Amino acid sequence: MARLDAVSKQTAHKIEKLAETVVRSVKGGKNPFVEIPIRSLANVKFNEKRRLIELGSQRQKRYFFNVAMAKKFMQTFLVSDACKELIEGGKTTSIRDLYYITKHTIGDTKQNTFEEQDESDPIIEDLEVALDALREELHLFASRKGSMVGPITIRDTGDTIDLRRMGSGGWAVPSIVEENVIEFVRHEAKYILLIEKDAVWTRFNEDKFWKREKCIILQGGGQPPRGVRRLVQRLHSELKLPVYVLVDNDPWGFYIYSVMKQGSINLAYESMRMAVPDARFVGLSSFDKDKYKLPTNVAIKMDDGDNNRAKQMLAYPWFQAKQWQREIQEMVRSGLKFELEALSRRGISFITEEYLPKKLRDRDWLE
Amino acid sequence: MASRKATAAKGKGRPAARAEKAQLELVQVEPTPARRGAARAAKAAPAAPRRARSREEPEPELLPAAEPVAEPEEEAPAAPKPRRRATAEQMAAKQREISISEFFTKNRHLLGFDNPSKALLTTIKEAVDNSLDACEEAGILPEITIEVRDLGLGPKGEGDLTKGEGRFVVVIEDNGPGIVKAQAPKIFGKLLYGSKFHRLKQSRGQQGIGISAAAMYGQLTTGQPIRVTSRTGKGKPAHFFEIQIDTRKNNPVVTEDRQLDEWHLEHGTRVELEIVANWQAGQRFVNRYVEHTALSNPHATVHYLRPRQAPLSFPRATEELPKEAVEIKPHPHGVELGALMLMAAESKARDVRGFLQTAFSRVSGQVADEIVKRAAFKGRVRPRDVGEDRALAEKLHRAIGATKIMNPPTNCLSPIGDELMKRGLISFLNVVETEGPEADEQLDLDQAKKKKASKKEKAAKAAAPEVPDAPPEEGVEKIKGHNYFIATVTRPPKVYRGNPFQVEVGLAYGGSWPADKPIELFRFANRVPLLFQRGACGTTEAIVKTDWRNYLLSQPKGSLPVGPMALLVHIASVWVPFTSEAKEAVAHYPEIMREIQLAAQECGRKLAAHIRKKQHLDYQAQRRGIFELYIQEVAQAIGKITGKSPEPIKREFLRLADQVTEADLKEADAALEEQSRKLTKRPRRAENEDE
Ligand SMILES: Nc1ncnc2c1ncn2[C@@H]1O[C@H](COP(=O)(O)OP(=O)(O)OP(=O)(O)O)[C@@H](O)[C@H]1O
Ligand SMILES: [Mg+2]
Repeated sequence: MARLDAVSKQTAHKIEKLAETVVRSVKGGKNPFVEIPIRSLANVKFNEKRRLIELGSQRQKRYFFNVAMAKKFMQTFLVSDACKELIEGGKTTSIRDLYYITKHTIGDTKQNTFEEQDESDPIIEDLEVALDALREELHLFASRKGSMVGPITIRDTGDTIDLRRMGSGGWAVPSIVEENVIEFVRHEAKYILLIEKDAVWTRFNEDKFWKREKCIILQGGGQPPRGVRRLVQRLHSELKLPVYVLVDNDPWGFYIYSVMKQGSINLAYESMRMAVPDARFVGLSSFDKDKYKLPTNVAIKMDDGDNNRAKQMLAYPWFQAKQWQREIQEMVRSGLKFELEALSRRGISFITEEYLPKKLRDRDWLE
Repeated sequence: MASRKATAAKGKGRPAARAEKAQLELVQVEPTPARRGAARAAKAAPAAPRRARSREEPEPELLPAAEPVAEPEEEAPAAPKPRRRATAEQMAAKQREISISEFFTKNRHLLGFDNPSKALLTTIKEAVDNSLDACEEAGILPEITIEVRDLGLGPKGEGDLTKGEGRFVVVIEDNGPGIVKAQAPKIFGKLLYGSKFHRLKQSRGQQGIGISAAAMYGQLTTGQPIRVTSRTGKGKPAHFFEIQIDTRKNNPVVTEDRQLDEWHLEHGTRVELEIVANWQAGQRFVNRYVEHTALSNPHATVHYLRPRQAPLSFPRATEELPKEAVEIKPHPHGVELGALMLMAAESKARDVRGFLQTAFSRVSGQVADEIVKRAAFKGRVRPRDVGEDRALAEKLHRAIGATKIMNPPTNCLSPIGDELMKRGLISFLNVVETEGPEADEQLDLDQAKKKKASKKEKAAKAAAPEVPDAPPEEGVEKIKGHNYFIATVTRPPKVYRGNPFQVEVGLAYGGSWPADKPIELFRFANRVPLLFQRGACGTTEAIVKTDWRNYLLSQPKGSLPVGPMALLVHIASVWVPFTSEAKEAVAHYPEIMREIQLAAQECGRKLAAHIRKKQHLDYQAQRRGIFELYIQEVAQAIGKITGKSPEPIKREFLRLADQVTEADLKEADAALEEQSRKLTKRPRRAENEDE
């Protein structure tokens, strides 16, 4: 067995305790259960002071002797067992892989422990909240995407990597970026820029924006995965660097920003470790179309889905600030949305040479 | 013929059938085209005899006519210009009395001898019904042997079974009281001779036609006389007869009469009939008749011997004879005008008051006074006057109808009873129970026989300790490995047209009955199975009109319900109102239909309770199954996590599975429901975090 670091030991211990509680209940003639904080909108609230979406205190007891819960109870322990084995073996694997590890036929029936990955993924999330352990601490990772460059040197599982010399593709952000994997060695960055899209990030890299501006640029291919968000959060909190977010001018772009800022509903339990309440929205703003004279022919018409989403966002507690209400209302009013690429209409490097520098100079952002 | 008419008029409460008969006699003066029976049979009647255990195909040739009346179409078309053909005098020369046996010869379908397949069943049925009646009346537990011999086979049973029509011998033997020597010729050689017609008492036979009609059928088709052996008691000699019928005169001709030195029965009767029959096509009906007779007569032992098949026995399920049915006098409310006149004419009473009191049941002096007062006769009226004067009779008849009279006594009825109906059903199911799906075309009884062969194996298995079942639910019977729910209802006696009757309904649900087929409806009248004319029978209509969906069965509109069930309906009455002499269908009297429905509903409520309980239990078992399925997995995982052996953990779980009480589960379920209600309120996930 590999020597375990403190975190891994602790996580393995938590899993053992969970199992022992069950054994004790059963011996005592009690219906065994696992207590799981409920991960739903009903049990999520916005903490105004900390400016984070937090999980409420509602908990659900998952009993074994309950027809509707028995299978999930069983699955919870199959996943627990697999994770404990991963931790003790010093291995990390994808959640897809875990699905295959734990999937098998039950007895001599035609039933499987898991029929689809859709069944095992939520069990992993349940286990995370039940154990109060991050997915990474369970030695699991989701699909990986996202890249980063900037004036910073890091150490990734012992390898020192200079992110100033990553060529055109940048450094691929791993799924697990905890302290035991990624260490920050030295840097001269002044801020972090999280870009929604890979294509736009490439423009910034090619134009050596990060070099000129002394900033770290990241992209997460749309909604950034946990690895990217966790890394941004660490860079922000450990290196005290401000975070700017550059997304499309559409409800989805706003949502990406809001998740980076105060966490998501679904992963509310990890907000503290993933969210940066101070993150700043630098664009595209609903008012940029006028400010930067974007012709209407680069706009896209909002569809019903966009409109509904926008209206929902107007009601979110974390979008109640006056400036955000204005921002979203303007989008709804105009019925138009803009992609970041729309700025290229003003020149291919307009975004790196004029748009963003001006935004930062004018402190033209939203918080 | 005169006597026939007299008795017809005397028959109380059966006006419809009797009137029909009278009508027929007139119609039959003209010879009927020989093919009539066939022509009519070809019309697909709706009352196809039902498959035995869902396998039987309808047998078109066995479908009797729905209505035994002449078809006027055959007399058409009318000539354009009618011309006188015969004078009244010419016609008078041809007019003569028609003997009942001549009549029968031409109208055998009316008595159930339509064709060789059906004639086989009818012959057996008439003899068996008589045996059962006789035993019951004498207070003897019946033991009856039914034998069918194929004369196409050699003396040692060699050769091939007769295909289709052929000669057969039917033998029915009983341990009844026997028949006194002097009576035998008339019983077997004269139609309309019997002991049951002139009295009001529940019995299988009622007309005095049955066995002599069978004898006549045999004689007509094979030329052979009926052979009868009978003995009335120990120390008395047994007699053997061969009796023919002079069909012109309807009189017996004894062709052989000898005393036997020895006979194997102390008392009883054996009748042998040689007939043209179709065993191949008709045996399924005989099988069904035998099965159902055993079912409705749990006090009888029946042996059944058939060509090329091992003997089959239905042992009696009870040692108790049915309650004796007492003979009663007719009830005034059931009497027809004509019958009233006849009775009055025959009365020896001095006045109408006395006549009413002596001839009818439930007429006290006070009631008689009331009737007479209401009739408001002018001057002195003797019973004889009523018998002769139609106007007087009508006055009296109306007065009777207007007077409230206590219902007739019901001790004349002998229902099967709840308990025996149940036992009958159980032993019936024991014989017909088959294992697995019924794919083949085999007959019920053959399968039953096969089951018997494996009885030993079963017994051996049963001896081995098994995982104990849940305590059996009340009313559930395990029969050859299948669970049947059995419920029975006996209604209190009721009256239609002055005739007491009583309805009983029993059902067997579940087991191996097919769940996706219409239920099996077993109809009985005075313990006799009714196998034909299902669609024309009031019983069927009453069951179809009952809304079985209330009792958790599905039911297509206007049909029998669908489900794994056999439903037994028995009507016991001093006079069952059949729709024809073949005694195949019960007439649609509203009083009777209503009673059948009430009984069916009562039974249905018991059934619904059972189905609900069963659904609950199924759910429980399913639940338990789910737990057991997952316990293995959970124990394994927890064992690995905690580094302990999974076996003891598994045992603890299993132990707890037994303990977890229903209440706990319910509570947990309720909590879950609450939870899921909350969860469904949660909006659909619009964003996908990780992808
Ligand atoms: N096996 C028997 N043992 C004793 N008596 C018998 C037996 N068979 C017939 N009888 C007597 O013979 C009579 C005539 O029988 P038959 O079958 O002809 O008419 P039924 O039974 O009275 O009426 P149905 O025509 O309705 O059958 C019966 O009423 C009965 O008294
Ligand atoms: Mg008879």
